[in-house]
This record gives sequence, C-alpha cells and structure tokens, in this order.
Amino acid sequence: MTKNNFKTIALTGGEAAAEAMRQINPAVFSAYPITPQTPIIEKFAKIVEKGLVETKFVSVESEHSAMSLMVGAAAAGGRAMTATSSQGLALMIEILPITSGLRLPVVMNLAMRSISAPLNIHNDHQDAMLARDLGWIQIFCENNQEVYENNFLAVRLAENSKVKLPVMVCQDGFIASHNLEGVKVYDDKIIKNFVGDYTPENYLLNLKKPLTIGAFVMPDYYFEIKKQVADAMNEAKKVYLKIAQELKKITGNNYGYFEQYFMSDAKAVIVAMGSVSGTAKAAVDKLRSQGKKVGLLKINLYRPFPYQEVEKVLNKIKFVGILERVMGCGSITPLTSDISECLNSKTSRQTYILGLGGRDVQMEEIEEIFNDLLKGKLSKEPKYVGLKN
Amino acid sequence: MTKKNKILPGGIIDKPGSSKDYKTGSWRSQRPVWDKTKCIQCLVCVNYCPENCIPLKEDKRVETDFDYCKGCGICAQVCPVKAIIMKEGK
Repeated sequence: MTKNNFKTIALTGGEAAAEAMRQINPAVFSAYPITPQTPIIEKFAKIVEKGLVETKFVSVESEHSAMSLMVGAAAAGGRAMTATSSQGLALMIEILPITSGLRLPVVMNLAMRSISAPLNIHNDHQDAMLARDLGWIQIFCENNQEVYENNFLAVRLAENSKVKLPVMVCQDGFIASHNLEGVKVYDDKIIKNFVGDYTPENYLLNLKKPLTIGAFVMPDYYFEIKKQVADAMNEAKKVYLKIAQELKKITGNNYGYFEQYFMSDAKAVIVAMGSVSGTAKAAVDKLRSQGKKVGLLKINLYRPFPYQEVEKVLNKIKFVGILERVMGCGSITPLTSDISECLNSKTSRQTYILGLGGRDVQMEEIEEIFNDLLKGKLSKEPKYVGLKN
Repeated sequence: MTKKNKILPGGIIDKPGSSKDYKTGSWRSQRPVWDKTKCIQCLVCVNYCPENCIPLKEDKRVETDFDYCKGCGICAQVCPVKAIIMKEGK
C-alpha cells in the first residue's frame, strides 16, 4: 500500500455507494427513488449527467420495473446495478429469485429501512431479511467506508464465473446513508483495475450464439437448477474470502466473514450486524477498561452464512447475546436462528430485539446488555430493549 | 431441453428449437383413436389441436403424432362425425 493512492472525502453512506458506482461504471443503472436510498440515486444521477460514467441511467415508474430492467440488462450482457429501500425492496421481491435463479450478477445497494405498517421511513433490518433466502448474497456494512469498499467486492463476487449470483450491499438507512463520514476514496485506476471488465460467457446480445434465458422448466429439471443456485452460494463463500484478500492489498481493511472484537478471552459476546456494531465496540472498550471480559462478533457476510466458522469462534464463549433489528412474528428471529445453529450445549444465548423503526440504540443500552449477559440472565424468550410499556 | 444436455447455469438453453426434443406425449393418460373410414377430412381437429400434432399430407390429415399428443381429447370433442374416440392408456 503506497501513501498517496487515496483521498479522504466527506461522504454519506448513500454518496459512498454512488462514488463506488462511478468507479465501477456499470453499463446500466435503474432505480426508483425511495427514502433512505435517495442519496444514492441523487448523487449517481449527477454523476451520469456530468458524463463521468458511460452508464445508461433508466428512469422507471416503480421498483418492480427497476428490478425487471436489471434482469434484462444483465441477461443482455451488461453490468447492472440498482438501489432501493424497504417497500421498494418489497415491490422487487417477485424479481429477486428470478435474478438469482437465472444466475444474473446484479449488484444492489440497500439502504435498510423498516417495513410498513405502521408507515415509517427509519432504520431497521426488516427489509433485508425479506430477501435473506432468495439466492442473493448479502453483505452488511458497519460504516460508509465499508459501503464504498463492499461495492467493489460485490461486483467481483457477483461476476465470478463460479458464483454468478446477485449481491446486496446492505447499509443502515439514515445512520449510514445520510450521515457524513470521512471515506478513503482510492484512485480510479486502482479501482478499475481491481473491478475489471465484465465478460460473461453467455449473454443475449451475443448474436453468434443464440440463447434462451428464462425458459419454462418442468418438474424434471427445476430441482436441479435450484440445487445449482445452492451450490453457487457455497462457492460464493470461498470466492468471497479470495476477493476480500485482494481488496485488503489495496485498502488494508480486512473483510472476513466476520470481525472479532476482543473475543479471545471474552465471557460474554454480542453478535451484531450493521452500524450498531460501532456502538457495541464503544461499549466493549468502556467495559474492557473496567476489566469486564466482553467482546463483539460483527457479521459481514450474512448470506451465505458462515455457519462452521462462526461455530469455531463461539464454541468457547459462555454467554452470547444476539442483537436483532427485526421483529419475530411467531418465529425465532433470523440472526438468532443462524447463530443457534452454531452454538454447542455449553453456550447460552439471549436475543435482544432493538432499534426498530429508527429507535435509537444508546451505548448505555448495549452496556446493560453486556452486564445482563455477564450475570448469566439468559432465556429463550427475546428481550425488547428500549420498548416503552 | 433434452435429458442428454448438460444443465447450464440458470437453466439457459444454448440450442435453438430445443422444445422439439421434449416429448410431451409422455404426459398422456388417454389416447385419441382415429377411425379413418368415418373421417370426412373436414380438418376441424387439425385446427383445434393445441399441440399442432395432427399432421397434414396432401391436404389430408394422417395419424396423430404421439410423440407430442398429450391426450387432451379436444380433437374427439370437436369431431362432427365422431371419428375420434378417447381410449384409456398411453
């Protein structure tokens, strides 16, 4: 890593995604404005207008159309990118498994927001969780730097010939998408060289090799094609680490499946995703200074979920608290289901549901959670942090 | 898509006209039995057949192509002289 290969620029998470897209230069971009994704489409529209990219920016009348357009663009052989939030993602849902089923490497920036009703524009993870089992790779970001860098990782991962799956880069709405942070923006040349050109093996506009994409499939083939998606997801897990290593050579940041923060001798560990991890790190620092053995496991790659690897790092931890920005409705919340799969009988877990609909998560609340865990106050029933009576 | 072919990622088909390789006749549970002597060659069955599998030879219908006949029975329904009857079995 040389010293002058980046400039630190103040960018919101939304702008960081748009800046990354400027350097990626996708063939096609299409999205429909929705809060809190708006800074992405807003900044990228300006980039297109100034002619800084060759991207075809297609205005559409809905997210359903935007996502359908992504399928068409990617099938035609172009690098296709989109962005959305909440109800927008809900409207795209029909097309999401089509994208993964057809093995189209679309990359989406998701500014995570609650799901209606009640109508609310603020952050939680309920939109991302709608799409967790639809064959999309999901990468969660803690801050704006991660949003910027994960976009490059996402494009490489999606387009890898062993993977060929769509990727969702998830950032917290408002908390990341609208807050300014210093983001190290690397030289265009370095990023272009890292991302490379998209050269699909099969694509519709190759007139020398006519194709049918999206044919009707009977029961004698559907199963096998779906199994291929599952296999590709397993491949994605391996490829992700390789690409992350390459990216580390440029930025110095380590994008493993997860980040371990003071975990080696920890008695109580919080598992979290997204921006709340930053708050949790501050809480860990404070409690560590008081001599309390606490740590954090921040999940970066949520789908495919690194079950075996998480199991290895959690198997010596006594108490595990799982932070969820999702409401379980007659079910175990998503991250808890995944983490439970990784725990042995010696480890106890406790789910903490918090931060729904933009409810602020305070550092003191995380400290309380740690103290709660250290006292061994754990049960299978979730606890609701910050809920009014 | 034929069973011989390797399944490409995403179920992509790289050969045009491959639907002909898919013998939909295997779906049949009843078969149309055509009585040549009763047939008046009005060709109504030919036009109604949704699979387009009653072939014409010199403007006259010939035996149903059982590679593709799904046994839907429409030909038997529309035949004005009851020259086609449906029988159980492949």
